[in-house]
Amino acid sequence: MKTKIFAGLFFSLVLCGMNLKASGQEQEHAVADKGKEETQQPFDPSSFIMDHIADSHEWHLLTKKNGESVAIYLPVIVYSKTKGIDLFSSRKLADGKIFKGYKIEEEGDLKGTIINIKEDGTPDEKNIPLDFSITKTVVGLMFAAIVGLLLFISMSRSYKKTGISAPKGIQSFLEPIILFVRDDIAISNIGEHKYEKYMPYLLTVFFFILLNNLFGLVPFPPPFGANVTGNIAITFVLAFFTFIITQFSGNKNYWRHIFATPGVPFWLLPVMIPVELIGIISKPFALMIRLFANITAGHIIVLSLVCLIFIFKTAGMAFVSVPFVIFMDCLELLVAFLQAYVFTLLSALFISLAVAEEHH
Amino acid sequence: MVLLAGSLTTPAIGLIFWTTLIFGIFFFLLSKFAWKPILSAVKARDEMIKGSLESAERAREEMLKLQSDNEAILRKAREEREDILKEAREIRDKLVSEAKGKATEEAEKIIEKARTGIESEKLKAIAEIREQVAVLSVEIASKLLGEQLKQTGEQEKLIDGYLKEIDFKKN
Repeated sequence: MKTKIFAGLFFSLVLCGMNLKASGQEQEHAVADKGKEETQQPFDPSSFIMDHIADSHEWHLLTKKNGESVAIYLPVIVYSKTKGIDLFSSRKLADGKIFKGYKIEEEGDLKGTIINIKEDGTPDEKNIPLDFSITKTVVGLMFAAIVGLLLFISMSRSYKKTGISAPKGIQSFLEPIILFVRDDIAISNIGEHKYEKYMPYLLTVFFFILLNNLFGLVPFPPPFGANVTGNIAITFVLAFFTFIITQFSGNKNYWRHIFATPGVPFWLLPVMIPVELIGIISKPFALMIRLFANITAGHIIVLSLVCLIFIFKTAGMAFVSVPFVIFMDCLELLVAFLQAYVFTLLSALFISLAVAEEHH
Repeated sequence: MVLLAGSLTTPAIGLIFWTTLIFGIFFFLLSKFAWKPILSAVKARDEMIKGSLESAERAREEMLKLQSDNEAILRKAREEREDILKEAREIRDKLVSEAKGKATEEAEKIIEKARTGIESEKLKAIAEIREQVAVLSVEIASKLLGEQLKQTGEQEKLIDGYLKEIDFKKN
């Protein structure tokens, strides 16, 4: 186990190095290209970091010395009221090109989003098309889902094979985690009688977040390294699932506590009901923000440490950055498990509040 | 921070759509093909372990009970043996003492018989001796008194009377 972790860390370190090199070339290139016109463009760590954290329509691998960028161009699926649905490769929109009146905005608030270009060539910012593209994040998401499906369906197959005997192979690694989710998250919060109904959701959400967290930590090659759980749309959907499940599990007691909180005088209810309703929303909202912020923050710290090398413009800085990056990666490994645990735990807690029996 | 406020914290509609779809499919497939069999297998195993632990406990209790039963039986058997031995000893003692008593009685009876026999023999012998003595005395007297005195019944009676007097007085 230990050696595996170390091997993984070493691997990621090597990959970090590769990424560095690529980015370094990009930087050098940018400097060499524009150096003639401007004196020297300062390295902008903020946009560098944002480019790595934000979603994008292409999976950028590296930029060659001649300025060509090597990237995996992902499919763009876009819908606009006037033009209908369009499906094409994002290569056609690369480097600010316009295709079928679409363009990827390069500056401003809408940076990275696909916008309509009017016939006179100006951007139509009021009429933004709906973008259903298979972006970097979607690919990362699909990859994690496929790995998860393969892992757990093959695991369940081996249960059919071995029957009720002791777990073997992948089973013996995953089963303790499943049992942990069952015993320490589901049973201890929801209770012995009602937990079984919520087990599939809790397990799914736990492993979904865990897999995405872990894959997001691996910087290279492409199916890995997408900042999936650090994207607010993903955490929004997960929190929304928890929200829906919680509301649909709510029993009479739960709703009474919201609309007629026991022990509160009736004239206070006009105040209490909005407060309780805000409470319903704020719980999953906190879930969404917590996961998003934790993962994004981890990525930003790692990338900032890498940026130090370019800010100081010396490879010697690597002696400072690399140990810190390794340390942060270890921490992120812990955070990956921790955030999956916290999200699942809080989901179970919210469900338990909704299904709790009345007791005085 | 300005950048953070923009694209990062605004959930993109496309991503929401894809995440819902992918997570939904993932959830559905895993629930159906993974969690259900895994959880039921784990549950079955838990129950089996619980069941076997319980049955082991039951077996242990039963064994303990059997053991105590065995001990009770052994104790009872030992007591019974003691009783039997005691009884046997009593019977033996009784038999021996009975036999002894009978033997003594018999012996006493024999002795008594012998004594009475001896007594009667003795009386007979005394009577005989008396007769003999009478005859002898008569003979002696006749020899002493000569042949004048004839051997008559009257004389004999007289002598007898004398002898009797002498004997019983002496005795």
